[in-house]
Amino acid sequence: MLSLRSIAAPARRQCLRAAPRASVAQAQRFYSSHEQVGKFTGKKDAQGRYPVSLIEGDGIGPEIAVAVKDIFAAAKAPITWEPISVDPILKDGKTAIPDAAIESIKRNKIALKGPLATPIGKGHVSLNLTLRRTFNLFANLRPCRSIVGYKTPYDNVDTVLIRENTEGEYSGIEHVVVEGVVQSIKLITREASERVLRYAFQQAQIIGRKKVRVVHKATIMKMSDGLFLNVAREIAKEYPDIEFDAELLDNTCLKMTTDPLPYNDKVLVMPNLYGDILSDMSAGLIGGLGLTPSGNIGDECSIFEAVHGSAPDIAGKNLANPTALLLSSMMMLRHMGLFEYADKIEKAAFATLAEGKVLTGDLGGKGTTSQFAGAIIEKL
Amino acid sequence: MISQTSSRAAQRLLRVAAQPSSRLNLARGFATVQDQGPIGSIQSDIFKPTKYGGKYTVTLIPGDGIGAEVAESVKTIFKADNVPITWEQIEVSGLSEATTSGRTEEAFNEAVASLKRNKLGLKGILHTPISRSGHQSFNVAMRQELDIYASICLIKNIPGLETRHKGVDLAIIRENTEGEYSGLEHQSVPGVVESLKIITHAKSERIAKFAFSFALANHRKKVTCIHKANIMKLADGLFRNTFTKTAKLFPQLEANDMIVDNASMQCVSRPQQFDVMVMPNLYGGILSNIAAALVGGPGVVPGCNMGRDVAVFEPGCRHVGLDIKGKDQANPTALLLSGAMLLRHLGLDDHANRISNAVYAVIAEGKIRTPDMGGNATNHEFTKAILQSMESAL
Repeated sequence: MLSLRSIAAPARRQCLRAAPRASVAQAQRFYSSHEQVGKFTGKKDAQGRYPVSLIEGDGIGPEIAVAVKDIFAAAKAPITWEPISVDPILKDGKTAIPDAAIESIKRNKIALKGPLATPIGKGHVSLNLTLRRTFNLFANLRPCRSIVGYKTPYDNVDTVLIRENTEGEYSGIEHVVVEGVVQSIKLITREASERVLRYAFQQAQIIGRKKVRVVHKATIMKMSDGLFLNVAREIAKEYPDIEFDAELLDNTCLKMTTDPLPYNDKVLVMPNLYGDILSDMSAGLIGGLGLTPSGNIGDECSIFEAVHGSAPDIAGKNLANPTALLLSSMMMLRHMGLFEYADKIEKAAFATLAEGKVLTGDLGGKGTTSQFAGAIIEKL
Repeated sequence: MISQTSSRAAQRLLRVAAQPSSRLNLARGFATVQDQGPIGSIQSDIFKPTKYGGKYTVTLIPGDGIGAEVAESVKTIFKADNVPITWEQIEVSGLSEATTSGRTEEAFNEAVASLKRNKLGLKGILHTPISRSGHQSFNVAMRQELDIYASICLIKNIPGLETRHKGVDLAIIRENTEGEYSGLEHQSVPGVVESLKIITHAKSERIAKFAFSFALANHRKKVTCIHKANIMKLADGLFRNTFTKTAKLFPQLEANDMIVDNASMQCVSRPQQFDVMVMPNLYGGILSNIAAALVGGPGVVPGCNMGRDVAVFEPGCRHVGLDIKGKDQANPTALLLSGAMLLRHLGLDDHANRISNAVYAVIAEGKIRTPDMGGNATNHEFTKAILQSMESAL
């Protein structure tokens, strides 16, 4: 209900909605330190398989989705795909996602999504943003790991970055004060900060990292980033086994670009904008968005996605690189607790990439999408 | 009545906006600019700081952390070259030990007054505490007080200093006085904080013009506007639209724009594609750090802050360096090269060339380098090597 209202409400009134929304979230759900944030609650169907909603996406989306489906079938992962379309419909003059799609994701609690093209200048709210708001996906999990076989100036990168996804600089609250003077509001709330920070600590435990680091700019934004930092310090006390520290955004940018290796044992967590920039920057370290997975974690549902573009120029030519979607799907398997399948596929995928025989064009190879997928299946 | 006064206020705003463009003497320090079309009337307007007894007076604020050490080597080297500059040194500190002594605000005001008087400064970085009870950033306050609105950060590979990336040569121009650093924050209800980012047309236009003039004066080809207008449609949208409009005044330069997250990614994978980049305040902080890392870190990146009247030269990538304070490990290159920029700003090109050539020669030789450049020499040894190099070049 809450989510439906939030997409139906006019965009201009977000400022009015933002604060009450936060308090509703609190009333709805109170986190104790024992409860896992963003836990997967999906159920198996009669055949003992988990249904997963699949948004193939635009452009190269269908091709790379086929590759992933084939690989999953070969690995015998207990997944049933439920293809859905999120082509935007107009509802009361607003962009919205078809009800069938919303129901499917709500039922399955989990979805895998290919790239979506956001039409520019058509008054659309970006579909990615709409999905994020509809399902209240508060945390964005972005690991980046160097791919053996694809050479960049940086080797052995293995960063994990978690970004607050619902507020901060991207609150969407902006107004023109007088002509030529614009205010844009960065919103930081205790609830949302607490939620994403707790998720970060739990994620660190799950993936076996001993350190969590908050990235902030509290020297300048003393109140907003200060709040985020203070909440982090409080939450850190609940996780005594995890080492906690904080770093100024400037230092993180500098050190990560100079030498990313010290970040290999840490989970980084930060507000929206910094996370957006740093996660893409980390992707740049290992060779771009075509090689990085992404997961959007929410209370109810989670959506795993490839964050690269839909590349309409090579669509339908069997040239696209399915790695990002494949890595995202492995993250999804791990989120569902299906670790052995994820490990199996991951091993095959990395071996294929390292071998470098059938790489796709973007990685400097001459292989096709299906050849690449075929090579992985062979290894399985 | 109300509408009348507000329109008058708006007009005043507009006039303020128009002012800097009529006095765009931005390019002054970097090269001598001849007639440049829209900014053609510059020459008559260039201010010349007064010389007393054949010497310029320049405010020197060593700053916190490594500031005192590197300022010392700048003074030594400038003195060895007989640079006609008298330093007016003012010790400002943002550290809490200094705050308790009650001298902080006073010293800060003294520094601002001195800069207003001398119009020129060389400055290290001041520490800013994180705690909410702590003072506002002195660095930011100084920029706002003096209206030194444009920060320039020059990122270029230094010959001989090997890094992961080759052929990087870019300039980051950053709006210094508004945006996310407005300092306007409030708590609506406990647990909900709003922080205001302010973008104005006047200041966006001013920085865009600065960037284009800078590009022209320095024979650069392309200006890239960095923004996040897809999300912050109004604020960054205003910045980008103003940039696009300003670009029309400079048809000889290529202009394009890029979203900040993509720019960060491109910066670490293919930095060679960038030339001049112009952006609001926070993105400047992020990108100047990423870019500094490409060429060897904050120790080797010079920069300056330009206003209409005052120019303050400081390391381009603003790090206090508290961790290596007092260990004689600091790299004075950034402050030295910023000092060389200051000399060129004054038209003392000979001095500037001698000093910067000596710095580059020592780094290129590679025997004596500070730890951040992969050597094990101390700041003093490095400074001495530069002095020797200057001597042998004579």
